[in-house]
Amino acid sequence: MTNASHNDVHKDDLHVSLRGATKVFRRADDGSEVHALGPVDLDLKRGEFFAVVGPSGCGKSTLLEVLAGLSTVTAGTVTFEGKPISGEVPDGVGVVFQEDACFPWMTVADNIAFGLRQAGAAEGEIRARVEGALALMGLNAFAASYPAQLSGGMRQRVCIARTLVLQPRLILLDEPFGALDQQTRLLMGEELLRLWRETGATIFLITHALDEAAMLADRIGVMSARPGRLLEIVETGWPETRDSTIVEKPEFGHVTARLWQWLRAESMKSVGRMDRP
Amino acid sequence: MRLVVVLRLLVIAGLIGLVEMLCRMGVIDNFTMPPPSRIGADLWRLLASGKFNGAIGKTLSNAALAFFLAVSIGMLAGVVIHRIASIRAALDPFFATYYAVPVLAFYPLLIILFGLGDAPKIIIAFMLGVVAVIVNTLNGLDRVPKVLLKTARMARMGWFETANKITLPSAAPFVLTGVKFAVAYALIGIIGSEFILSTEGVGFEIAFAYNNFDNATMYPLILLVMTVSITVNMLLGMWEKRLLQRRGLR
Ligand SMILES: Nc1ncnc2c1ncn2[C@@H]1O[C@H](COP(=O)(O)OP(=O)(O)OP(=O)(O)O)[C@@H](O)[C@H]1O
Ligand SMILES: [Mg+2]
Repeated sequence: MTNASHNDVHKDDLHVSLRGATKVFRRADDGSEVHALGPVDLDLKRGEFFAVVGPSGCGKSTLLEVLAGLSTVTAGTVTFEGKPISGEVPDGVGVVFQEDACFPWMTVADNIAFGLRQAGAAEGEIRARVEGALALMGLNAFAASYPAQLSGGMRQRVCIARTLVLQPRLILLDEPFGALDQQTRLLMGEELLRLWRETGATIFLITHALDEAAMLADRIGVMSARPGRLLEIVETGWPETRDSTIVEKPEFGHVTARLWQWLRAESMKSVGRMDRP
Repeated sequence: MRLVVVLRLLVIAGLIGLVEMLCRMGVIDNFTMPPPSRIGADLWRLLASGKFNGAIGKTLSNAALAFFLAVSIGMLAGVVIHRIASIRAALDPFFATYYAVPVLAFYPLLIILFGLGDAPKIIIAFMLGVVAVIVNTLNGLDRVPKVLLKTARMARMGWFETANKITLPSAAPFVLTGVKFAVAYALIGIIGSEFILSTEGVGFEIAFAYNNFDNATMYPLILLVMTVSITVNMLLGMWEKRLLQRRGLR
């Protein structure tokens, strides 16, 4: 994790670009359609920290899968580093999924090494990077354990480590701290900020915690109830060298309050919609 | 845990002791069945004499071949069938009714086709086992979490690599159930067909001893078959237990 330089050099480069990105799921059994996402227009600058908040089921994970190249848009375009993404996983993109993605038959160390082995890295290199990631995630003592012996939060940290060791240029995180307690969540957030500064990676973070979004991100996209559209993008204006102490600032309260203003109505819509089949 | 093992051994010892007693008291006469201690001693004598080495080797190697064919082809077929939904839908009813068909009834037909060699027996044993492996593999593949497949796609794995490194390992506890069936079916298939029509193998020797009222050969060979089957199953059971423990499932 040494390439700190391109952070400053390309800060204003366009890294990811969505134009009218829309996703409609068609169910195979009865042919009914679910309009899950969009249209969404969004530009992410290289090295920026972007967070997304939105009511449950509004299409956040769908948006992430489109960015990851795991899912194709039904309309619109998605480009990463100038090249269109169309159902092909582009090089340099790493994902931490919302669900537990640990391989239960592998030790923690082997889980973290998985992507590196797959990419054909040398064993020495793999060992060094895995060791670094274990230390970073506070999992040193569990290198030889199996995921079943870990808590949910620890397993999520394994998944984060597995993605980080690949040193992706675009990191997509889907509620990565959802299974963590509040203290660990704050500390992991700080670690994420540190990593972000050191690697210069672009980060796209989905979260349901408004304070987390407000503390970590440069910009926060607020999504509407399904079909998910971007209602508003809130700029935080934090300095690059920030940490969790930012929560003491009055501006932090302003940002969180603005997010809630936007989300309150949408969340009620989303909950109301849940009552009806 | 220890206590359970001790109790289990006591139950087995008690049953054997009971049969031993009934035999020695003449409740079970010696023409029907010799006492277990005699059967054990006879088995030892038979093995030491080497008289049946050929038969035992034949049966075990045929069973092993049928087992490996059933497991490898069954797993591969499971992966392929799972990938193609229409084939899956078309085959599911056949799998469900497969074990209602007495596969051993095809043995004479197979002898007509392939002659009185090893091939028909291996085919029978394979046919018995392969569907259990396929069905259990499918069952396991159905339960692979979607997020693991997404992880495989992020690592740009092709379908074969995904099956080999992600879905089959994830489905391993289920696949192993199929493998245990394949062991039992391999022995049943081979020994069963040796019984029906054959000139060699443990099954043939048991049938031959039976026809000659040769209890000193028949019972030891039956004991041998049981011992082999139970030992292999116990080894697989231990493997399965370790696998499940690792996943926090036991
Ligand atoms: N494969 C699919 N087929 C059909 N509908 C889908 C599929 N995946 C998602 N959906 C639907 O799309 C909508 C958005 O789902 P998505 O998982 O993106 O929501 P989310 O914002 O991530 O929710 P949460 O906050 O609960 O994780 C939901 O209504 C969901 O039912
Ligand atoms: Mg989601």
